[in-house]
Amino acid sequence: MGADPGAPPAADRDTRLAVNGEPLDWREGMTVRDVLQAKNYVFKLLIVTVNGTLAPRGSYDDFVVPAGADVKVVHLISGG
Amino acid sequence: MSTSPATDSPTTSTARDYTVRTSYTQGLEEMRAAHKVLLEVPFTPSEPERGYNMRSLHVDLTAMKVTEKKVTQQMKDLFVGGRGFGLWYLWNATTPATRWNDPENEIVIAPGPIAGITQYPGTGKSLVVSISPLTDIPIDCNVGGYYGPLLKFCGFDAIEIQGKAAAEVVVVVDGPRGVIRIEECPLEPPDSHVLSEIFTHMYATGPEDYKNVSVVSAGKGSDHSYIGCLNFSFWDLRRKAARLKQAGRGGVGTVFRDKKLKALVVRGPVIKADLNHVADRARIQKVGSVINKEIHDLDSSQCNMRRQGTAHLVEVMDAYDLLPVKNFQYGNHPDTKNIASWVWDKRFTQGIPDGCWYGCTMSCSKGADGHVVKTGPYKGDVVTVDGPEYENAAGLAANCGIFDPDWLLESNFYCDTYGVDTISFGTLCAFVMECWQRGILNAERTGGLDLTWGNAEAQMELLHQMARGEGFGVIAGKGIRQMKRIFAENGWGDPKLMNDIGMEVKGLEYSQYQSKESLAQQGGYALTNKGPQHDEAWLIFMDMVNKHLPTFEAKAEALHYFPLFRTWFGLNGLCKLPWNDIEPANNAEQAEPAKVPEHVHNYCEIASGVTGIEVTKEKIIEQSEKVYNFQRIFNLRRGYGKREHDWPPYRSVGPVTVEEYESRAERYDKQMREEIGVDPEGKTTEEKIAITRQYREDRYSKLCDAVYKRRGWTTDGVPTVATLEKLGIALPELVELVKQHGG
Repeated sequence: MGADPGAPPAADRDTRLAVNGEPLDWREGMTVRDVLQAKNYVFKLLIVTVNGTLAPRGSYDDFVVPAGADVKVVHLISGG
Repeated sequence: MSTSPATDSPTTSTARDYTVRTSYTQGLEEMRAAHKVLLEVPFTPSEPERGYNMRSLHVDLTAMKVTEKKVTQQMKDLFVGGRGFGLWYLWNATTPATRWNDPENEIVIAPGPIAGITQYPGTGKSLVVSISPLTDIPIDCNVGGYYGPLLKFCGFDAIEIQGKAAAEVVVVVDGPRGVIRIEECPLEPPDSHVLSEIFTHMYATGPEDYKNVSVVSAGKGSDHSYIGCLNFSFWDLRRKAARLKQAGRGGVGTVFRDKKLKALVVRGPVIKADLNHVADRARIQKVGSVINKEIHDLDSSQCNMRRQGTAHLVEVMDAYDLLPVKNFQYGNHPDTKNIASWVWDKRFTQGIPDGCWYGCTMSCSKGADGHVVKTGPYKGDVVTVDGPEYENAAGLAANCGIFDPDWLLESNFYCDTYGVDTISFGTLCAFVMECWQRGILNAERTGGLDLTWGNAEAQMELLHQMARGEGFGVIAGKGIRQMKRIFAENGWGDPKLMNDIGMEVKGLEYSQYQSKESLAQQGGYALTNKGPQHDEAWLIFMDMVNKHLPTFEAKAEALHYFPLFRTWFGLNGLCKLPWNDIEPANNAEQAEPAKVPEHVHNYCEIASGVTGIEVTKEKIIEQSEKVYNFQRIFNLRRGYGKREHDWPPYRSVGPVTVEEYESRAERYDKQMREEIGVDPEGKTTEEKIAITRQYREDRYSKLCDAVYKRRGWTTDGVPTVATLEKLGIALPELVELVKQHGG
């Protein structure tokens, strides 16, 4: 079985995480809010999962993202 | 003209000034006296049963004749209503040789079976269909305002306008009086903000009746351009104003004015909760109460549509590099803050129910009151500007390098009242400004207009010229496709460059989203039936950000489902916004949250509740697929509708110029290395542009293959006979046509 394509390579898992498959530098205590700010994800209709667990919308400031996490940020369609 | 509170009592004043605007009703009696009744026909008003009246109205302006037509069961089964009825009537009224300005071309307005219910938001839409002067194929527009629902409650599921009048006329359908009149109306000015007010006052029985009158009009810009739009009015009780919603795309206003139509007016009954006489009202109320609570509880933390309308998207698109800047060269700009949602939050009058149909709690038809007009024939007047919506802010402002809210209100106002499509005007204005930047245009060629990026006064003068039928405005008003031809014939620029930067497909100007980094959205624009309007599919987030569409097959599936799902709104008289600009609290827990499953369920409930026929989520797609394929075949009948007509301008696919590439060089170099497998090191920018282009165009071609296959079309984009049979639309004339083209 191959590695999860969403997760960072094994060598980077202590220092990075993956957001929608793209690497992002990780730091201690990083929250979902920090991830969204780092990616400039300002849109509000988001669904965020961290290693498959849903981060409820009200929890972004407190939801801690561990090193090596696979973060999915689904942007729903709006406008358009 | 006078500027005063728009009140029926001259002594009344209000604490807020949102009712203060210039009045245009002086001289109304003189205008009325100049009317000459050319035709008066009685009819028996009726109310629909389960969403349908089972009859429509045909108006022949050449013969001055009005005819009732039966709506057949086959029409309902194959075309549902709205856009479907419009396309079917247009198909029967025209031949492959019919041009947009031939008398037999029609404007069809049809609301659809669900239109007019008041228990669910976004249910008052009309669909407008005609052969477009820009594209030479059918155009369809989805528009709010009261005309369609009121027409339906007078007793008609659609109105066809055919022929050409000898003089300026208004067609009046007066339901309470049971009479249809065609009147010559020589004195009223055609511009929409004036005409809507005049005709609302003229045809209502008094102030209490204003809300039961709706006016469809265009304006002087429609007289002299191919990008004319139609304004559908709705009476704003608080502002005491006739507000306007636009059937914007494809030049339907141009067709309207070519028929010497000054206006369509409907006077309907007082709106009540069940004029549609639905099969199961409780079923509709149940889902309606749920979504209304969602909007009440969640909108302010989601899209904030009730305060900002679609303008909430301005800074969002900028943040994701999707806001078109300077003719789609770039995707953001530091000055976007000047036209962002927080500006409009203050400029829009808040606390007013801004729904363009009864019962719409989303209430996103925002208005900026008290704008003092700076230019043109209405200079000094105080007006309410309907909007700006996102498309106007992006197209008229950012795409032209104009980041000034006051000038945006000015251009928004004049586009609307002149009957000019803000999207086409914004995109073509951006095109001519880039032509100026690149030396294709200069002062000699524009008659002195300095089209430098950001020159708002020049943009306004271009628009005024268009309305006056003068100068370079007349050339620009023909649209980008014609401009490219004219400029090339004059030897003003490299045709290849102009084709690359002229943002049109099928002759229609692009709406206002950057699609360079989303292959799915490149298809979402260029693989549309009518031309590049985002109302078929908006897949950028799903593709570019979420990375949910990694394969051609996945993109093709999205380009199958979403255009069909969204087509269904137009068959039924619905607005798209309550589908996914508000989201249930538990949407994240659903299997396919991007589809907003609970709201899809709501639509099934509404359609079933109105018609009494069970509508499932599968049936939604099935109903749309019939009409969608029919429209594709309609294009085919007119000499279009094939692969060659689905090819986009390269600006929508990738970087055309050196500065464009270098502005995002890190991104493009990374893609070259990781996706194309070519090392960019040591290559010139021109070489890298060429490599990127070859790769991206090849991928677009492969996307076409995948989409055509998913849609059941040949590799040339023609629906096959097997597809028509599967969909139950194997009518002999359709089968014969697709066979001729290898289908």
